[in-house]
Amino acid sequence: MSGQRLSYLVLLALALALPFFVYPVLVMKVLCFALFACAFNLLLGYTGLLSFGHATFFGTAGYVAGHALKVWGLPTELGLLVGTGAALALGWLIGSLAIRRQGIYFAMITLALAQMMYFFFLQASFTGGEDGLQGVPRGTLLGVIDLADDLHLYYFVLAVFVFGFWLIYRTIHSPFGQILKAIRENEARAISLGYDVARYKLLVFVLSAGLAGLAGATKMLVFKFATLSDAHWHLSGEVVLMTLLGGMGTVFGPVVGSSVIVTLQNELADKVGSLVTVIMGSIFIVCVLLFRRGIVGEIAALYKRALGERA
Amino acid sequence: MSEIFGIPIQAFMGQLMLGLVSGSFYAMLSLGLAVIFGMLNIINFAHGALYMVGAFLAWFGLTYLGIGYWQALLAAPLAVGAFGVLIERSMLQWLYKLDHLYGLLLTFGLALVLEGLFTNVFGVSGQPYSIPDELSGAFNLGFMFLPKYRAWVIVASLSVCFATWFVIEKTRLGAYLRAATENPQLTQAFGINVPLMVMLTYGFGAALAGLAGVLAAPAIQVSSLMGSNLIIVVFAVVVIGGMGSIFGSIVTGLGLGVIEGLTKVFYAEASSTVVFIIMAIVLMFRPSGLFGRER
Repeated sequence: MSGQRLSYLVLLALALALPFFVYPVLVMKVLCFALFACAFNLLLGYTGLLSFGHATFFGTAGYVAGHALKVWGLPTELGLLVGTGAALALGWLIGSLAIRRQGIYFAMITLALAQMMYFFFLQASFTGGEDGLQGVPRGTLLGVIDLADDLHLYYFVLAVFVFGFWLIYRTIHSPFGQILKAIRENEARAISLGYDVARYKLLVFVLSAGLAGLAGATKMLVFKFATLSDAHWHLSGEVVLMTLLGGMGTVFGPVVGSSVIVTLQNELADKVGSLVTVIMGSIFIVCVLLFRRGIVGEIAALYKRALGERA
Repeated sequence: MSEIFGIPIQAFMGQLMLGLVSGSFYAMLSLGLAVIFGMLNIINFAHGALYMVGAFLAWFGLTYLGIGYWQALLAAPLAVGAFGVLIERSMLQWLYKLDHLYGLLLTFGLALVLEGLFTNVFGVSGQPYSIPDELSGAFNLGFMFLPKYRAWVIVASLSVCFATWFVIEKTRLGAYLRAATENPQLTQAFGINVPLMVMLTYGFGAALAGLAGVLAAPAIQVSSLMGSNLIIVVFAVVVIGGMGSIFGSIVTGLGLGVIEGLTKVFYAEASSTVVFIIMAIVLMFRPSGLFGRER
């Protein structure tokens, strides 16, 4: 175990030093999407539930937190909490409807309800419609640290990410997480063992929605605006892709996947224009056909095989 | 001027017809989804993209090759169907033994690729497609004017839906198809070429989406995003109706189109969300859908 702990410490040290080598805003973007993908992986990778509308939690929290900071003038940390709370509440609403069906229907229901929220945001006045909610102040942390400074904000975002990642890690390795895996492997058996599967599903859905919301609210803070694209089904698809590419059901997969996708989009955006969508779609197809374990999953499988040969 | 619930009858009937038109598209697309799901156990996310491709083929044919509407009505679905067969052979056939989710993800990727390619070439703005001469103008029904093209779309798509129902429920080919849906191994043991039927089923579903696209081309503007906006509503239609019955798909599609059209009359702000709200209500009281059986 000490080897594992050591590697986590090394990674943390790397993350602390990173903004001195890479543009901090890009790293913050990666961290927000990594948290989003980790939250999503809790559902898809560990419980076997494919939510195809997860961007709605990301986007909702962004809008609500942005509104709380800009219009109500709440302190930054409270604004983020309000945004996360909105995502939790929406997660409870959508989750309790979606868990009434299984498998493929679950995916279609979450997608449809997320689309409904998208239309709501498109028409509602507080979101600014197509223009989005712009000019949100970053404010100060606990009234002391000025978050307008990118480097200050970076360490705050890193702290948010580490907290979220730790929470997910603890959840996966808790008895609750074991029951989630049991539901993923064989739902009927979990029911026959006496577990109230619907309650567990709802609970993990709400947790995942809340963490996705925390990621969305934090991303809004980084860029100082919230837009419709944060609640669009394209983003719901992208978070699936990040998780699939990195490796679903692995702790680090979503982090790797989101780093690759965000960096790729960042590099390609002004070079190929709308062909980015084509590239994303092609990665999807390749992953599903040839590469279902994802990057981290493949590495883990190689490592296991190497260990097996030595023994 | 006579009125219904305080709305001029002309406006009311106009929206009712528009609702029936979009309902016809919902019916055709959800029927295709249901047929594909029955045989392949795959939810075809690319269905909206194939619909878009059908519309674009018709538009491209008319604009650049001088292929008229009636030829396009036959040629475009055939081309989209052939493309569907290609997709099934090259990609989908490797997924049948896996979890359903992979089929959804692969076809989602496919939808992104198609949408991105068409956006890249043609942009996102709509391309107009003029109504063929035979179908322009309107019938005067005394109490309202009924545009001929709308009437044609409703009649044509309902005929296609009915023909599909007839083939699947009443013919020998349909019996094979239903047998293969129920138990592929056993059907194959009786000497029926199940993989061929699976391939043709996907091709047929794709052709149906392409046909809907050609029918839609003169009714709405042809654009690269026309499919993705529609497919999510069709998913909601499928959740409401359930995929167990063909007849159920048709009725649910039409019914929801009408409800959506009438919502435009009474409370326009809710017209884009009403189908999703109905889905939520159905999920609360009848989770397996109106015509569905849990599978």
